Amino acid sequence: MDAAAETTPLLSVRDLRVSFALDEGLVRAVDGTSFDVMPGQVLGVVGESGCGKSVTMRAILQLVERPGRITSGEIRFRRDGEIVDLARLPPRGPVMRDIRGGEIALIPQEPMAAFSPVHTVGEQIIEAILLHGHRWGEKKLSRKDARDITVGLFRDVGISMPSQRVDAYSWQLSGGLRQRAMIAMALSCKPRLLIADEPTTAIDVTTQAQVLALLRDLQAKYNTAIIFITHDLGVIAQMASYVVVMYLGRVMEQGPVDEIFHTPKHPYTQALLRSIPSMTGTTRVALPVISGALPHPFNRPAGCPFHPRCPDVMERCSKAVPSLRPVTPTQLASCFLHHDQAEPS
Amino acid sequence: MSDTAASPLLEVRGLQKFFPITKGFFQRVVGHVRAVDGVDFTVNEGETLGLVGESGCGKTTASRCILRAVDPTGGSINYRTRDGRTVDLATLSPAELRPLRAEIQMIFQDPFGSLNPRMTLLDNVGEPLLVNGMSNRNERTARVAELLRVVGLRPEFMHRFPHAFSGGQRQRIGIARALATNPRLVVADEPVSALDVSVQAQVLNLLLELQSRLKLTFLFVAHDLSVVRHISDRIAVMYVGQLVELAPTDAIFNRPLHPYTAALMRAVPPADPRVRITDGILGGEVPSPAAPPSGCYFHPRCRFAEERCRVEAPALREVTSGRFSRCHFAGELSL
Repeated sequence: MDAAAETTPLLSVRDLRVSFALDEGLVRAVDGTSFDVMPGQVLGVVGESGCGKSVTMRAILQLVERPGRITSGEIRFRRDGEIVDLARLPPRGPVMRDIRGGEIALIPQEPMAAFSPVHTVGEQIIEAILLHGHRWGEKKLSRKDARDITVGLFRDVGISMPSQRVDAYSWQLSGGLRQRAMIAMALSCKPRLLIADEPTTAIDVTTQAQVLALLRDLQAKYNTAIIFITHDLGVIAQMASYVVVMYLGRVMEQGPVDEIFHTPKHPYTQALLRSIPSMTGTTRVALPVISGALPHPFNRPAGCPFHPRCPDVMERCSKAVPSLRPVTPTQLASCFLHHDQAEPS
Repeated sequence: MSDTAASPLLEVRGLQKFFPITKGFFQRVVGHVRAVDGVDFTVNEGETLGLVGESGCGKTTASRCILRAVDPTGGSINYRTRDGRTVDLATLSPAELRPLRAEIQMIFQDPFGSLNPRMTLLDNVGEPLLVNGMSNRNERTARVAELLRVVGLRPEFMHRFPHAFSGGQRQRIGIARALATNPRLVVADEPVSALDVSVQAQVLNLLLELQSRLKLTFLFVAHDLSVVRHISDRIAVMYVGQLVELAPTDAIFNRPLHPYTAALMRAVPPADPRVRITDGILGGEVPSPAAPPSGCYFHPRCRFAEERCRVEAPALREVTSGRFSRCHFAGELSL
């Protein structure tokens, strides 16, 4: 890949807005989110429940279910020289179907719910490979070829006895094996972008360590770009090279992982990092907390969404929404402490 | 807590809980899941004992045995009551248990499933009071108002229903209900794992504050090591139904004496990109408690395993004062 391709984003989300029109009112789940994913980069997206991280990913794959709708913004995805705006593509059209699962793959949180219990895991992966067969070359793949590819993938993701396990049903596999099979399925079409949505939240800590190590190895081997979504700051610190911090549908701060953890600029990032019990700090003392609770989705605060809980709140925070701007050469933050620019209304 | 640490409030010895595996039309018993298989620990008055382990290790079943939410298969659970008697909770009849229920309370994991959605906070929090004989409604209302204030909620909320509250607030309501009967021992089963990071710290702080104010004793069951480390005085680690290590918090984190404890700690991803987890990732999987391995249950995954570990099951033994480990080579390995 030439130098220009390495510095142009693979995926570029610009001012994305997704809202859900419910009977009780409009929920603005994603409210002006922007970020880029570079080729081969591991981008960590961190945030608490309701911050819109999962909805953003569903929007990228055009999987937002009704009554949800992408209301504005762009999702620019670079494929073989051309740039397509995924937000404008019909969700069931041929281009989107080709991209979804083929060029952009998803590792869901709960592999038990993601696999069908009435087909073997092998059958489900073989089906995906045959559907996106052209990604494995010009030659038309036979079922046998697809099965061989699947066995190879199972070996790659560290499943022992791969040729037998291909014929297992998802409920016959343990949590760790099931998540490995899910990773094999996500990789089956050689995606250029992998979206991992809380891939280790449902599994135990020793299995999590195995799965994280596996994802790191596979990323190094295939140089796939990964968007890694989690609420676990430890997982983000270990996996991501660049971090996006979200709160109530907006990006609060983004930057390289070391800066986010060691010189966070946004009060929300700072408070979030302080509030987690560490493995080395003093025990049995009060932890610094973020006051208040996450607001109800129908009850979004005006101005900066974090202002009611912010220790550094100023008068203008409740009146205007700060835009996401560079605050250091490498970091961006949306906070009036660091710049005066409000979001253009 | 050190001055009261000498007197055990709860003493669990050889606790067992087996669930039968049945087969066929006649529900023939073909085996047992040994969910809790000989667990020994004590909980001292005023301390927090953290019980950790991965899913399926038996930590929840063990805590439910203490509450007699499930009946243990074997072993004893000696509890020192408020009036100074020592009783074995494992063998008491339901009638004998009833007066003790007020002393031992539980905080549940899921703040959405553990409150009755059709009862107001007054009824949810007040129900244990009603059951324990506080039949005067005004008296009960006053007590609920006080309890809500104790857990940091406004007493005006008491006529609302649980759906009006966030996860963190609901967990506070659950804590208020657990405190209603002035308990001495509180069993908290994963009380913060369903909460968001920013709210988790608030609830942990509340538990610490309540403990020192009300002289509570906690059995804190959780899988998150950093949370357990933060709140516990001592930590017990379970693996496949057995206790593998028990030690004071600082000691166990500075120098674990069981290879499983060491592996468990290494598996926690540090929230600092400058600290990398490099080696020592535990391979394999947790064995089934229905068919545990021979010898030491951990030997198939242990990098120090020797022939002896395959054959001979180690006992939980006191390696140094107050530090217990179920490993043949405890204290000899560099973990």
